[in-house]
Amino acid sequence: MAGTVAIISYRSGNVRSVVNALRQLNVGCTVTAERTVLERASRIILPGVGEARSAMEALEQASLVDWIRETRIPFLGICLGMQVLFERSEERSTTGLGLIPGTMARFESDGTLKIPHMGWNTIQHDASSPLFNGISPDEYFYFVHSYRAPLTDQTIGRTDYGVTFSSAVSIRNFYGVQFHPEKSGSAGLRLLRNFIERC
Amino acid sequence: MLTARIIPCLDVKDGRTVKGTNFVNLRDAGDPVELAQRYSDEGADELVFLDISATLEGRSTFLRMVERVAEVVRIPFTVGGGIGTADAVRWALEAGADKVSLNSAILARPQLIDDCVRGVGGQSIVAAIDVRRQDSTWTVWTRAGTEPTSRDAIVWAREVVERGAGELLVTSMDRDGTKSGYDLGLLRALSDAVSVPVIASGGAGTMKHMRDAVVDGRADAVLAASIFHYREIQIEELKRYLASEGIPVRPASFSTL
Repeated sequence: MAGTVAIISYRSGNVRSVVNALRQLNVGCTVTAERTVLERASRIILPGVGEARSAMEALEQASLVDWIRETRIPFLGICLGMQVLFERSEERSTTGLGLIPGTMARFESDGTLKIPHMGWNTIQHDASSPLFNGISPDEYFYFVHSYRAPLTDQTIGRTDYGVTFSSAVSIRNFYGVQFHPEKSGSAGLRLLRNFIERC
Repeated sequence: MLTARIIPCLDVKDGRTVKGTNFVNLRDAGDPVELAQRYSDEGADELVFLDISATLEGRSTFLRMVERVAEVVRIPFTVGGGIGTADAVRWALEAGADKVSLNSAILARPQLIDDCVRGVGGQSIVAAIDVRRQDSTWTVWTRAGTEPTSRDAIVWAREVVERGAGELLVTSMDRDGTKSGYDLGLLRALSDAVSVPVIASGGAGTMKHMRDAVVDGRADAVLAASIFHYREIQIEELKRYLASEGIPVRPASFSTL
């Protein structure tokens, strides 16, 4: 399929890390919030740093909310970009895209659990998902987040941190990962390549 | 399981890596981008770059270095050193850094933390705290550890977390450069006082020091400079040792492209 990988731009810094990771895979990409550009893309990535409410507001301002819900283009949400795939987030009582049922809840500290969940952790992943093709279950990925996704029928990766939460999800053409593949060494690059070539 | 993080720290002046003992007597230890790539390949979990340039020209060189690091290194990295405004924080993140550490500027104007957190999120803001023991208390020092403040380290740590900082980078000025081990009492007290992750810094000389910082000091990450730069400790060997001590660590990656 013709077209390029489009990265939806926010007013936040970490878009650049995704661009750099794709460049290392020799994958060209364009950073945009223009619907006409997104419509021609072969893959769409929604990166995310910041918080849920301002992320949703940015998508609303770009008139992308309804468009994203209906697109059939393979779509990957990273970190906050995964969180907004859900119905709701407790973070400033935000309504998400609603593609996956459930609410993002804040990690609760028991006095020893550090928040944010920051660092390298493993994923018990669904080996049949093309996203995890060739990736060992012993592999580590880099996380940094304070809100966690519930386990649902759409869960394809589970991670333990105080509780077990969804670290990867998929529904139809939509994929979401709570960790940062663009910051997770060669395992992360492998996952991004899987998304571009296999999803 | 979440792993303890191993973080080499690179002091950078005018685009070159340097490391001193007790913050003086600098020695040149190579090109920061090359070094960063090497540490990433060897299994470092994260990197910290501290800009110790004194000139405006040195600072713009540093930002270009951040861009080059972000192009080649696929693990998270923090930058710090002389960053004093919310705009400068944003520039560093836009250049490709994942986190920015703030030190003297937030001591002078604590509200800067709130301003940055509102703009970029607390997960990108690391509060760096330089500490010296004074009798039975710990005092915060400023201006690269050259001037004492009136602040108590525990009270200050609670305040920066309350204002939204996502992580603490705690350096014992008493131990820095001595290779006599991290200040475990300080780490333990700070780690118990706040809910965010704590990076131990200052004093690492042996692998056991790093184990002690995690087990006894309850640090979430250990930072060191010269012992990594001069190959006194290899990261792979360190991780094998920590794993044998029951500390979860991330082994070298299994995946290939």
